[in-house]
Amino acid sequence: MSDKNNKTSRRRFMAGAAATTGLVAAAGFVPTRFAIGAMAPVKVGILLPYSGTYAMLGNSITNAMKMRFALAGGKLGGRPIEYVAIDSQMSVPKAPQNTNKLIKKEKVDFLVGPVHSGIAAAMAKIIGQRKTPIMVIPNAGSNAVTGALCAPNIFRTSFSNWQPAYPGGKLMSQEGHKTCVTISWKYGAGIQSMAAARQGFAEGGGTSIKDILVPFPNVEFQAHLSEIAALKPDAVFSFFSGGGAIKFLKDYEAAGLKGKIPLYGSGFLTEGVEKAAGSAAEGIKTTLHYASDLDNAENHSFRANYKKAFNADANVFSVQGYDTGSLLLQAAAAVGGDVEATADVIAAMETSQVPDSPRGPWKMSKAHNPIQNIYLRQVVNGQQKLLGIAAEQLEDPATGCKMA
Amino acid sequence: MDFATFLIQVLNGVQYGFTLFLVASGLTLIFGIMGIINLAHGAFYMIGAYLTFWLVGYTDNLFLAIAMGLPIMVVFGYLIERLAISFLYKRDHLYQVLLTYGLILILNEMQKILWGSDFYSVTVPDVLSSSIPMGNQEYPVYRIFVILVCMVVATGMYVVINKTKLGMMIRAGATDRETTQALGIDIGKVFAIVFSLGAALAGFSGMIDAPLSSVYPGMGNFILIISFVVIVIGGIGSIKGAFVGAMLVGLADTFGKVLLPELSSMVIYALMALILMWRPQGLFGRTA
Repeated sequence: MSDKNNKTSRRRFMAGAAATTGLVAAAGFVPTRFAIGAMAPVKVGILLPYSGTYAMLGNSITNAMKMRFALAGGKLGGRPIEYVAIDSQMSVPKAPQNTNKLIKKEKVDFLVGPVHSGIAAAMAKIIGQRKTPIMVIPNAGSNAVTGALCAPNIFRTSFSNWQPAYPGGKLMSQEGHKTCVTISWKYGAGIQSMAAARQGFAEGGGTSIKDILVPFPNVEFQAHLSEIAALKPDAVFSFFSGGGAIKFLKDYEAAGLKGKIPLYGSGFLTEGVEKAAGSAAEGIKTTLHYASDLDNAENHSFRANYKKAFNADANVFSVQGYDTGSLLLQAAAAVGGDVEATADVIAAMETSQVPDSPRGPWKMSKAHNPIQNIYLRQVVNGQQKLLGIAAEQLEDPATGCKMA
Repeated sequence: MDFATFLIQVLNGVQYGFTLFLVASGLTLIFGIMGIINLAHGAFYMIGAYLTFWLVGYTDNLFLAIAMGLPIMVVFGYLIERLAISFLYKRDHLYQVLLTYGLILILNEMQKILWGSDFYSVTVPDVLSSSIPMGNQEYPVYRIFVILVCMVVATGMYVVINKTKLGMMIRAGATDRETTQALGIDIGKVFAIVFSLGAALAGFSGMIDAPLSSVYPGMGNFILIISFVVIVIGGIGSIKGAFVGAMLVGLADTFGKVLLPELSSMVIYALMALILMWRPQGLFGRTA
């Protein structure tokens, strides 16, 4: 420990000395207290969507992360923070170029992103091959990123697609359903969530009779709803989010299925859409790693602070951004601001517990994915209501990860 | 699939086809008559949907919101034609593509400034919010209402284009611009009217779709691509083609999803490729 501190202070000294020399040369006077002020900032690269359908997610994550830093004095390990944000535009083809720009041109210390699982895979393929920077995923749930593509410098503060869906499948069988249809968009997050739900449902003795994958981002669900009506399953499990979720919920209700065949889903189905979906979301049970009415002090203060700062209600995405901030703060503090000592930072992040998370305490798994509670929620009177814990401290199986 | 389900799926396909026709008709009208490739058509659709959301917030009445929103869309289309498009009639298509692509970016950004990046929804008016039992399921009355509205619009377009003086001028301008001008018709004015109407049609589709599809950033992008598929199948510039194309795409998409789920995302594109191999100019397109 003392050795690490020595190294840190040496680095700090060097940086300070270099800055001082520069100032002396430029200004011609000897500053005494400028060394700390001129300390090189920690560079945090951000690759999130700020335009298009998922702009709300990118904004929620960024706002909450910056809020977390501001609450801690606006510094990482005593050093100022410099942000370099790029709009991912949800474009997978642009992901390698954007990632390389942040790594090679901007030389960021941490790279926070993305929202989209496809972009996450593209980024992980580049970053996993390198020692730096440290990537922190604040949303994308792709199982592979903390599975087959896992790497020492890739962390996730959100969830794996498997995590919220698996207990959802279990829940359906616990509630006495024998057959189900799963429906989702045909893309990574949807396919992986459906597989996890079917696994949970099968372990409880249920049979999935049909798996419907809708081309992404098509929101014309009528044909599939007619199909579900004809198949008459006991229950339906779905994965949609945002605008697509609202549409699916409303169409499901309008097709007269809501009263007949109970609808379940990964929590994203009803997250942030309760108001817009209105009666169509009412009564729907979902499973997620967060519930807005969780009764813990951290959640109360987090929600109050967020509301005050952004005049909007915090959602699961802002929780993930907030916890990303917490994780970076912890790690930077553990190495005394010496974030260039990547191995030490990684060691600090691996052992880190995040006890002050609005979602309740969680810790990193060996594959660098949160081990966390999955909550059972229900929409009641247009608001999420916490019914209980669907799975306690659930760990992703991390299939194919060599570190796990 | 039993017969009842089959009939419901046909209805689903036709209903989807009608909503596609509404968007695609404006696109094909503008291209067929003015020769302008309007990539911002999807963005106009989005603006229409957001306008509805916004106006319903004030009036609490969808019909009133549409009645107020339509003139706004016409004026909006007119301004865009006068301030931007009208400078590019004599230029190559590439300039128009660049300009209208730029419009997408500007309109998306405008939407973000005005309404933020949240998802919204518009409630179906009470009179239309019920559902009719049909086979195993229920069919929302609002969807049937949308079919009727689209039929009225389609008939209206047919009448205007084929039976009125304005329609005659539009058809003349589309066939031979120079001769029409030589006959003393102010082609600039005709173009301005057509573009405003096209924008209003796109906006109207967004308005009437808003209760069905929810309102969200980027909602126009997907509809733009499908609309291009529709008008390419139907023959670019032909309203009749847009109608037939929309029905084909609606049915192909619906039955593709049910019968060929593995290939459902490519069914409509395969349909387009087949039709283009057979008739490169589209079903009702004129040969160049």
